[in-house]
Amino acid sequence: MAGWVDRIMGRTPTSANQAKERLKLVLINDRTDLSPQALESLKNEIMQVISRYIEIDPTTVNISMTQEGREQRLVADIPIKQSKGSVRRRVG
Amino acid sequence: MTATVVTVTSGKGGVGKTTTTANIAVALAVDNSKVVCIDGDIGLRNLDVVLGLENRIVYDLVDVVEGRCRLRQAMIRDKRMQELFLIPAAQTRDKSSVSPSDMVRLCDELRQEFDWILIDSPAGIERGFRNAIAPADTVLVVTNPEVSAVRDADRIIGLIEAEEKGPARLIINRLKSTMVKRGDMLTADDVLELLAVELIGIVPDDENVIVSTNRGQPVALDPKSRAGQAFINISHRLRGEKVPFLNLEEKDGFFSRLTKILHPGGA
Repeated sequence: MAGWVDRIMGRTPTSANQAKERLKLVLINDRTDLSPQALESLKNEIMQVISRYIEIDPTTVNISMTQEGREQRLVADIPIKQSKGSVRRRVG
Repeated sequence: MTATVVTVTSGKGGVGKTTTTANIAVALAVDNSKVVCIDGDIGLRNLDVVLGLENRIVYDLVDVVEGRCRLRQAMIRDKRMQELFLIPAAQTRDKSSVSPSDMVRLCDELRQEFDWILIDSPAGIERGFRNAIAPADTVLVVTNPEVSAVRDADRIIGLIEAEEKGPARLIINRLKSTMVKRGDMLTADDVLELLAVELIGIVPDDENVIVSTNRGQPVALDPKSRAGQAFINISHRLRGEKVPFLNLEEKDGFFSRLTKILHPGGA
């Protein structure tokens, strides 16, 4: 019954949506030759290096792979901790 | 006359490369172009049966490359059209009997006599694929709206770019509009967004393709069939004409979902 309502409201992802989301991730891995595990350790190492120079809060860091046309781009959004307020700095 | 060499490839097997090659060739030839198609799938030839020319093979591509016959002797003329020829693949040899430079030399010889040279690439990313794209001026990638075909298309598009044969253009083959409507098949827009390449054709899933292949009469000879019309449109776009894409999809909105639930199985 709940599935019924979800379908009408469009809350349950269709199989086509699932295919698209899965393909997005698979294509990133294929194009960059980088497994999800490798991407995870890359993120951790980037954070370690940056922490040596400036103070950051690991929970606010966002490092992810994005697609622009057929180009993959690693985008890091790393907010820097400051005594008065915080300044967000974007590292492309 | 200087031909344009068009290679049709896909990565994954069974997505419709041979059918696509045959039908674009027929559509171009019906429009009074001089066309030759080359079956690059040595060992697993099929372009001959799809075109209905299987009973007329004497010599093949490997015979030409190895000098057992002249190029002209291996060219089978399709009697249904003014100027359509096939150079069949050898059936009892393998991909390594031909090299990329053999293919470049062969196409250079054909270029002066034709408007279009179409090469049907085998599946895979190995020697047969390399042979097929070596002489290409433009590459068409065929895919189906399915995860494995899209993934392999992405891989092959990357390889085509690496070989500086890009940008490849995409044909989405066997799109089932009823499945798209109920959200069970990727839309053409989904596939385009994932692969980020230029689209040259959307071919609807059409039983006429199997019927026409049974008879050895490519579906592009029947402009009333939906797939035939889609292949004819691709041939016009290859010539540089602007042809609107057939509208095969509708957005899956609230009402279509509701209709689907009230009438399961209905389209």
